[in-house]
Amino acid sequence: MRLELVKRPQQSALFSALSPFIAFGLMVVAGGVIFLILGKDPVNGLYAYFIEPLTEVWSLHELAIKAAPLILIAVGLSVCFLSSNWNIGAEGQFTIGAIAGSAIPLYFPQFQNGAVLPMMLICGAIGGAAWAAIPAILKARFNTNEILTSLMLVYVAQLILDWLVRGPWRDPAAMSFPQAPAFHSWAIVPELMPMSGRANWGIVLAIVAAVAVWFMLSRTLKGFEVKVIGQSPRAGRFGGFSTARTIVFAFLVSGALAGLAGIVEVSGAIGRLQPQISPGYGFAAIIVAFLGRLNPLGIVAAGFVLALSYLGGEAAQIGIGVTDKTVRAFQGMLLFFVLACDTLIHYRVRLVRPAPAAPPAAAPVTETAHGHG
Amino acid sequence: MGMAEAILLTIATAATPLLLAAIGELVVERSGVLNLGVEGMMLMGAVTAFGVALMTGNAWLGVVAGALAGLLFSLFFGVLALTLVTNQVATGLALTLLGIGLSGMIGVAFVGQPGVKLEAIFIPGLTELPLVGRLFFGQDPMFYISILLTAGVMWFLFRTRAGLTLRSVGDSHSSAHALGIKVIAIRYMAVMFGGACAGLAGAQLSLVYTTQWIENMTAGRGWIALALVVFASWRPWRVLAGAYLFGAITIAQLHIQATNLADLASLPGPLFWFAGLVKSVPSQFLSALPYLATVIVLVLISRNRRLTMMNTPASLGRPFVPDR
Repeated sequence: MRLELVKRPQQSALFSALSPFIAFGLMVVAGGVIFLILGKDPVNGLYAYFIEPLTEVWSLHELAIKAAPLILIAVGLSVCFLSSNWNIGAEGQFTIGAIAGSAIPLYFPQFQNGAVLPMMLICGAIGGAAWAAIPAILKARFNTNEILTSLMLVYVAQLILDWLVRGPWRDPAAMSFPQAPAFHSWAIVPELMPMSGRANWGIVLAIVAAVAVWFMLSRTLKGFEVKVIGQSPRAGRFGGFSTARTIVFAFLVSGALAGLAGIVEVSGAIGRLQPQISPGYGFAAIIVAFLGRLNPLGIVAAGFVLALSYLGGEAAQIGIGVTDKTVRAFQGMLLFFVLACDTLIHYRVRLVRPAPAAPPAAAPVTETAHGHG
Repeated sequence: MGMAEAILLTIATAATPLLLAAIGELVVERSGVLNLGVEGMMLMGAVTAFGVALMTGNAWLGVVAGALAGLLFSLFFGVLALTLVTNQVATGLALTLLGIGLSGMIGVAFVGQPGVKLEAIFIPGLTELPLVGRLFFGQDPMFYISILLTAGVMWFLFRTRAGLTLRSVGDSHSSAHALGIKVIAIRYMAVMFGGACAGLAGAQLSLVYTTQWIENMTAGRGWIALALVVFASWRPWRVLAGAYLFGAITIAQLHIQATNLADLASLPGPLFWFAGLVKSVPSQFLSALPYLATVIVLVLISRNRRLTMMNTPASLGRPFVPDR
């Protein structure tokens, strides 16, 4: 038996729509198997992971808090990935955005009015974009591999944050805790519905950004340019589009949104700078982008799915006593399944059973196609 | 043991995991496949090696298990990227993310446990030689494995017919296919070799470099190994040189962080002043050096576009679907 791929004449619309759902289903099955191996009841485990967090109002608020940075970052990444720019350093751009935005309340504590928060958001976006500009310019100018440079800068960004909160920005009042002073109230992203939970305006910002980028990608010349350069740089150049310009544009958009996510997270969910500000949002957002099939509107839905996996991990740790390290394993599996299911969009998959000891010429006759053949 | 000798030994220990992982990835990329999952495969190797060594008390079993774990884990990538022709960049990333997650999950039970050390070899007479004894005859077995593997890969790629076949698959998979070479089968073997090497690199980290399991203990070494392959223009001996260069940078910054300025008072004036200057740099910036060096090295090497084009395996990262 062997697997054979036959190219479809056109992309399968059916599997384009279904693939994220099949992938999620496969991850749930694989998750159940993992629970079995860990010696837990899979039904209980999956319930605690994927259903329980949706049953209470406060945890729906937490879901929105976790979805906001994932959506913001992933929407930016979709612009990069569609243009074949592999920005995998969003975690670093997130960190630098958080630092740049925090500089305003930390350096100007007396400056307290309605202008503080918008300025922080702008600084966060600029910081993230500036950090993303490094791999972009290196790629556009020197043809340097952006995958490796953007990732290396993640480690550098985290070390800069570590230095700031342990050194110049450390709160002297926090005893020996390495953390910056808490933001004043003007520097905090306001809550949406303070009566029922902590969710803040970050999620609204994320959805607005998703719609804006969706519009840019699907309705403007710039979006067309991004996609043409991504699929065929040669065709793009004939069309008068500049590859270098597209590289820089995609990285700047992506970096700005990741930076925005960083400052929203620090100012909204945490309230101060500390050595750890992200449970790997920058990397999980890569999964969000692919699960959303690089479509900003799909990414909004995918962001909530990944946010649920974070919440589920916490819930499962408390409820049934499995380690929250399962979260990253589940997320990794999800990306695997998403990529595998994407094959169904472009190819028919057939299981071919070679005829036993038949001459090669007779082989096509005895081929039996299974599944979607 | 002299100071210089001790430093050279620690450089070798820091360089070995990079060399092991990079030499494996070099073979993978020479066959035209870009597997960005090195970091994940290393972590799976590290956690498996640690666990098996801990449970059996035998470090060598740990080494074998680590290599096997890397090999098996690389098959996830193989099935997706080679059989299902998924995007290699995305699939490699997925392998790394999954490796980080799975190794963290498996390793929960190992956190804080004292590990088993793979002891350095000792040959009476030879190891006791002054100056060169410890360097050549008294290191841990992984060091010798890494050097032998590098020499073996060099010989295989450029002196054997099978090596030529592998390189032809990497340079033009369509021509190789037309000649009747089984492109996918060769790529599978290369990917598995790369996985086993990354697994060995992980085993070195958890059995030699530090004898404990720490979540995410590779700390980007898998990515640095990937950068080393580019830096080395896909040549084995240059990978060796690059790995030792990075080992030296890592050790240099660790030594600077650990040294007390007062201990250096005997240095001549300008040198002491320079040491003071370096010590005034926050430790985080020194820790960032290997990552910054990677970026700088990549820029330097890629600036010469023609040279890069000439050395890169022409089919690198391009999916192959055989037409029948």
